[in-house]
Amino acid sequence: MLRLIIRRLLESIPTLLILIAVTFFMMRMAPGGPFDSEKRLAPEIEANLRAAYHLDEPLYQQFGRYLWNLAQGDFGPSFQYRDRSVTELIAGGFPVSLKLGGFAMLIAVLGGVTLGSLAALRQNKPADYGTMAVAMTGISVPNFVLAPLLVLVFAVYLGWLPAGGLGEAAFWQGGWKNLVLPVITLALTQVAYIARLTRGSMIEVLRSNYIRTARAQGLSTVTILVRHALKPALVPVVSYLGPATAGLITGSVVIEQIFGLPGLGRYFVQGALNRDYTLVLGIVVFYGALIIAFNFLVDLIYGWLDPRSRE
Amino acid sequence: MRGPKRVPRWLVLPLASLLVAAGCSRPGDDPTLPVPRTVQVGGASGEELAALQVLRKGNGTEPESLDPHRAEGVTSSNVLRDLFEGLVTEAPDGKLIPGAAESWTVSADGRVYTFRLQPNGRWSNGDPVVAEDFAFGLRRSADPATLSEYSAILYPIDNADAVVNGKLPPDRLGVRAIDLHTLEIRLHSPTPYLLGLLTHSSTYPVHRPSLQKFGDRFARPGNLVSNGAYRLNAWVVQSYIQLLRNPYYWENGKTTINEVWYYPVENAESELNRYRANEFDMTETVPNRQIPWLRRNLPRELHIAPYLGSYVYGFNTSQPPFKDNIPLRKALAMALDRDILVGKITGAGEIAAYGWVPPVTGYRNQQPVWAGWTQEQRNAEARRLYAEAGYSAEKPLRVQLLHNTEINHRRLAVAMAAMWRDVLGVETEILNQEWQVFLQTRRTRIDTQVFRYGWIGDYNDPFTFAEILDSKHGLNDMAYNNPRYDQLLLQASREADPAVRMATLEEAERIMLDDMPILPIYYYVSKQMVKPWVQGFEGNIMDHHHSRHFRILKH
Amino acid sequence: MSEIVGAPTGAIPTSIPEPPRSLWSDAWSTLRHNRAAMTAAVVLGILVVLVLFGPSLSHYRFDKPNWDDIAVPPSLTGGHLFGTDSLGRDLYTRTLMGGRMSLLVGIVSTLVSLIIGIAWGATAGFLGGRVDRVMMRIVDILYALPFMFLVILLMVLFGRNIVLIFVAIGAINWLDMARIVRGQTLGLKQREFIEAARVSGVRPARIILRHIVPNLLGVVVIYVTLTIPQVILVESFLSFLGLGVQEPMTSWGVMVSDGALDMENAPWMLVFPAVFLAITLFCFNYLGDGLRDALDPRDRSGR
Repeated sequence: MLRLIIRRLLESIPTLLILIAVTFFMMRMAPGGPFDSEKRLAPEIEANLRAAYHLDEPLYQQFGRYLWNLAQGDFGPSFQYRDRSVTELIAGGFPVSLKLGGFAMLIAVLGGVTLGSLAALRQNKPADYGTMAVAMTGISVPNFVLAPLLVLVFAVYLGWLPAGGLGEAAFWQGGWKNLVLPVITLALTQVAYIARLTRGSMIEVLRSNYIRTARAQGLSTVTILVRHALKPALVPVVSYLGPATAGLITGSVVIEQIFGLPGLGRYFVQGALNRDYTLVLGIVVFYGALIIAFNFLVDLIYGWLDPRSRE
Repeated sequence: MRGPKRVPRWLVLPLASLLVAAGCSRPGDDPTLPVPRTVQVGGASGEELAALQVLRKGNGTEPESLDPHRAEGVTSSNVLRDLFEGLVTEAPDGKLIPGAAESWTVSADGRVYTFRLQPNGRWSNGDPVVAEDFAFGLRRSADPATLSEYSAILYPIDNADAVVNGKLPPDRLGVRAIDLHTLEIRLHSPTPYLLGLLTHSSTYPVHRPSLQKFGDRFARPGNLVSNGAYRLNAWVVQSYIQLLRNPYYWENGKTTINEVWYYPVENAESELNRYRANEFDMTETVPNRQIPWLRRNLPRELHIAPYLGSYVYGFNTSQPPFKDNIPLRKALAMALDRDILVGKITGAGEIAAYGWVPPVTGYRNQQPVWAGWTQEQRNAEARRLYAEAGYSAEKPLRVQLLHNTEINHRRLAVAMAAMWRDVLGVETEILNQEWQVFLQTRRTRIDTQVFRYGWIGDYNDPFTFAEILDSKHGLNDMAYNNPRYDQLLLQASREADPAVRMATLEEAERIMLDDMPILPIYYYVSKQMVKPWVQGFEGNIMDHHHSRHFRILKH
Repeated sequence: MSEIVGAPTGAIPTSIPEPPRSLWSDAWSTLRHNRAAMTAAVVLGILVVLVLFGPSLSHYRFDKPNWDDIAVPPSLTGGHLFGTDSLGRDLYTRTLMGGRMSLLVGIVSTLVSLIIGIAWGATAGFLGGRVDRVMMRIVDILYALPFMFLVILLMVLFGRNIVLIFVAIGAINWLDMARIVRGQTLGLKQREFIEAARVSGVRPARIILRHIVPNLLGVVVIYVTLTIPQVILVESFLSFLGLGVQEPMTSWGVMVSDGALDMENAPWMLVFPAVFLAITLFCFNYLGDGLRDALDPRDRSGR
C-alpha cells in the first residue's frame, strides 16, 4: 500500500512538470499581455513593470525561475492584484470553492445514486420516467439560465435566501444560507449525470447472474440492492467522479460569477481575461495536483468496489 | 405486455418543460406576482434618519489595489474616493470645491499654483496632514519605480515627463512644500484643467511612515492610513471591502454614513438581482435590457445622467480601404441612423453623437453639418459618396467590423452592419475578440479596418479627448495624422486664456471631423440604481460620488 | 460469434428456439420495438429536416434586423410565429438556424470524442500495466489544463475556423470517454471469453475491436448521449466569450445565454431555443436508452 502511494507520488511529479510547462508556454503564446490596458503606458513604466515581473528575461529563464520558486511554495506575485501574492489568493479562494464543490458533490452523489437506483428498480414505471425527467432537465438547462431563475424566485420575489455573495455571518450562524442556491445549481447538473449513470449500470447489474442467483435465493430487494448490487453498479459512477470534479470546477466558474462568491473559479476567469500569468498558472498547478490526488483516491475505490479490476 | 393506457413516456418531458415555460410571465403584468412594494421612507416627517447608517454598494470588478498610485480603473477609484481626499474634491453635482486644500492662488501666467491646506486636516491615525505629504505623494506617483500605470496624467507638472521616463530623479518634479501648510505646484504650461486633475487618485497623498513601515503591504486593512472621510477596516478579495468612519477627518462632523461596504460584482444582472433583494443600496451599473422594465416599475430608483465618455468606431486610416478615402469614411458615418441606435438598440438614454468630444461646460459641442439633416438626406449623400469612392451594388465594400466581446457591443455592431447593408449594400464581417486580444489587435494597426473605440474622460476638459488624435499619441489606433491638428493642439496647450484655448480646441475638432478618422455613435450616460432611502445622490458628468455626502433615511 | 455469457434464463422454453442471429440484427429488432426510442428518432429526424429546410421556407431572413418589431411577443396571426429578438429578427427562423449550428456541434464534436476516447481508453485498459499508467497520466494532465486558454490559443494560431472549433471541443471532451471506457475495460478484461480469445492467440487489436468494444457500447452509448448536451453547452460558453460562432450566425447556446438576460421581460427569447434544445437532448436521451437496451449483449429476452 505504501509502495503504491510512493510510486504514485513519483509518477505525479513528471505529470505536474509537463502540466506546468504546457500551461506556461501556452499562456505566453496567447496574444495580449498583463499590462495591456486602454490607457497607454509610458515606455519607461512599461519597461519597469516588465523588469519587476521578469518578463524581459528569455522564456526558458522565466520558466526556470518559476519552477524554483514553486519548489519553495511560492507561486509568485499576482500580476493583476498588485499587492497580493498568488499563494494568499489561492489560500483565500480555495476554502470557498471547496465548500461549494464539496457540498455540491455530496448532494450530487447521494441524490444521484438514490434517484438512479430507484429508477433502475422501477424500470419503465412512472417512478423511472419521473426521475429521468428530472435528470434530463438538470442536464439540458444550462446553469447560467437556472441560476438567475432560482435567484429571481427565491431571493428577489420570495426573499427567502440571499441573492449572492458569501455574506458576513459565520457559516453556522446564517452564512450557510448564502451557499444554498449556488450549491443546488451546481449540484443539479451532476445529480442528473450520476442518476443516469447509476440507473444504466444498475440495470445491467440487476440483470446479471449473481443478482438473479440472490433473488432466486429469496433475499429481499433492499438486501440485494445494498449488499450486492450497489458496489459493482457504482463502478462507472466512481470513474465519473473524476470528470465530475472537473465539471464542478468548470461549473463553479459560472456559479461563482453569478453569485459573487470569492472562489478559485472566479479568480481563474478574471485571471485568464487579464493575462494574470502567475494567478492562472498557480490555480492550474493547484487543481492539477488536486485532480491527480483525487484520481488516485478514485482508483483505490475502484479496487475496493470491483475486485476484478485490481491489477 | 403493454400496460393500461397512460401518458406516453415520451410526452412526459416535453409537457413538463412546457408547463415550466408557461409559468414565466412578467411581474408587471400579473397582479398576483410580487411587484417591488413602495417602501415608506423617511418616517413621519419624511426626513428621519435611519438608526443604522450603513451604505452597501455594488462595485463592478474587484479593485486591483488600494494603493492610490497603483490602482487603475473606475472600481478602485470609487473606493479610493471615500478613503482619500485630494487637494480638490467634488460636490455632489460634480462641481470642484476645496478638499484637503482650503484655498489656492494661480500665478498670472497660469503656471504656478499655490495651495493653502486645511489646518485641521488629519490622517486616520490622528497625524496631521501636511504639505509635504502631498509633495511626497506626487513624487512617488511620478517615480517609475512605483510602477504606476497612470502617471502620464501628471504630465502637466513641470518635469513630470522626464521623471516618469526615468530621465530625472523624482525630487526634480515641479512640486514643493513651502511650509507645513503650503504647497506649490509648477506647471510646464498653463493647464486649465489642473484642478480637475487634482481629484484623481494619482495625486492623492500617502502616509509616509506607514509606507516605510509596511512597504508593499501598506494598502491593507490595519495598515492603510488615509486622509479622507473613511478608513479601511476589512478587505476580503472578491467578497467585500468595508470602510468605517474616519473620526479625524477635518469635516467629519458633516459625515452621516458610518460604514460603507463595496461588493465586487462583474455580472450586471446579478448586481440588479441583489439590489432588488435589498442586499445593495446602490449599484454601479444597470443592464441595458432591463431599463424599460425599470422605467415602468422602479422609475424613482433608476438614475441616468450624461457621462463624460464617447462611444465611437475608429477607422484604420493607415490601411486600405480607408486610407486616403475620406468619402468612404463619411459615407459609412452618414448611413447610420443614430436615433434608432440609441433609441431602440441601446435604449439607456444615450445621446446620439456626431462629434468626438462630449458636452463639456465651456466647450461648444462640434458637429458636422449633416448632423442637422434628416436621415433620408444623409442616406442620399452617403450613397453619393459611396459611389464616389468607387463602390456600387456590383462592387460592394467588404469591411471587417471589430469589437470586444460584450453583448451590448455585439447588438450595436449587428445593427450598424444591417444599416450599412440596407442603405449602401456594404457586406460587413463582424468580428469580436476578447478584451486583451482586442486591444493588441487594435494597437498593431495592421489587421483592423473599423473597430470599436470608446473613451472615458480622465478629467472634465475637452483636451482629454482631443489629445488622443494627436499623431504622436500612443493610443491613436486610428493612425490619424494631420499636422494642422497637431499644431492646433500644441497651440491650445500653451494658451493661457481659457476662452481662446477652447476656441482653438473647437477648431481642431472641426478639422478632425472633416477628415472623419472616427465614426461617432453616442455619448455615454451613467446609469445606476439607488434605493429611495439613500439621500444626497446626484448624477454628475464624471460619475464621481462621495459617500460622505449621502445619508440613509429611516425605512 | 455471439457472446452469450452464463446460463440462459432458466425458463422452460415455450417455443422453438430461434436460430442464432448476429448481434446487430438482434439489436435492430429490439430497437424497432422500443416505441420511445423510435419516436425520439422520428422527432430528431423532423428536427433535422426543419433546421435544414425551414429557414428557406420562412418569410423572414434570420439575420435581418427590424427596428419597428423589436422584442415582439409570439403570435400566430401577426407574422412572427415565435416573436422577435432584441434586434427585431424573426425568432422562428433564427431558432432553426441556431439549430443547424448546435446539431453540427453536437454531432461532429461528439464523433471526435468518441473515436479518440474509445481508442485510447480501451487500449489503455486492455494493455494494462505501464502503458495504461502512462496513458492515464496523460489524461490527467489534459484534465487539469485551462481549457479556455487552449482554445484561445488554437483560435489564434489557426484562425477562426468553425470546423476547428468543433474538433477542439471534441478533442477536449474525449477525456471522460477514455476514463469510462478504461474503467469498463478493466472489468471486462477478466471475463472468460476474453481469456479464451487471448489463450487462442488472437491479436490484442483484434480482441479490442471485436470483443471489448461491442461490450462497451452500452455504457459508451449512454455516455454519448451525455456528451452531446455537454458539447452544445460548451459551445455556448465559448460563443459567449467570443470564440464561437460569429454574428450573424447563431446557435441555441448563444440564443439561450442571450435570452436568459431577458427572462423577465421577453421570456419567449429564452423559451423557444431552450425548448428546442431540451427536446433535442431528450430525444438523444431516449434514443441512447433504446440503443443501450438493444445493444446489451447479455439480454436475449427482448422486451
